[in-house]
Amino acid sequence: MEIQERAGERTLLLTFSGEMDHHGVRDTLRRVELAIDAALPKTLTLDFGGVTFMDSSGIALILRAQQRIQLLEGGLVIRNVPQQAKRVLEAAGINRMVTIKN
Amino acid sequence: MKRASVNEVKLEFPSRSSNEGFARGVVACFAAQMDPTLSELEDIKTAVSEAVTNAILHAYPDTIGTVYMKIRTFPGNLLEITVRDRGKGITDVERARQPMFTTGGEERSGMGFTIMESFMDCVAVRSAPGRGTTVSMKKHIAEKSRERI
Repeated sequence: MEIQERAGERTLLLTFSGEMDHHGVRDTLRRVELAIDAALPKTLTLDFGGVTFMDSSGIALILRAQQRIQLLEGGLVIRNVPQQAKRVLEAAGINRMVTIKN
Repeated sequence: MKRASVNEVKLEFPSRSSNEGFARGVVACFAAQMDPTLSELEDIKTAVSEAVTNAILHAYPDTIGTVYMKIRTFPGNLLEITVRDRGKGITDVERARQPMFTTGGEERSGMGFTIMESFMDCVAVRSAPGRGTTVSMKKHIAEKSRERI
């Protein structure tokens, strides 16, 4: 699992690619937190366009990012979610808790 | 009466997290003979990923144990996948199956069983503390029209 970071004026874009399973996410969680702490964004965007597979490990990552951004009183947007990952989010009801854009 | 399977494969592998992707790949290859749709194939891979991750993370938290996987097909286009471990077991299976319940800390969402249940037709869990856990999942693969040959 790879992450690209792009920080702007109080915004942070994290673009993920690869397989978002427990194996892929293990080190990624910490990197996401560090990136948020460094950028202190008002808007955090997670781009899932390059995610080739996602299971509930991706849900843990989203919930963790959401907690972190709420502490900063910012907002979270998830975009470019592939069909398989979208169905995982729907099965878990996460689509009702976070903003998902195409 | 036990029904005879049409085809089956058994494998065992050490509980290393790198084997999560391997287990998904094996199940996808084996299930291909049932001519599933892409979405059925993704459902199966996702459910297997959850079951195998549970075994790796929760059955053998501090050690590398063995994960046993059995995939069988039955008449009527029925696929059955069993993921078994000889790890520490689950004290309260009902509670473990509840959404958002996890003993895995912040790295886990507690949605694994919920996802298995929503992507497969039937999920059965047997467990005994200190002896291990068996998760058995079934899914009917829709018969496609044979006209498109």
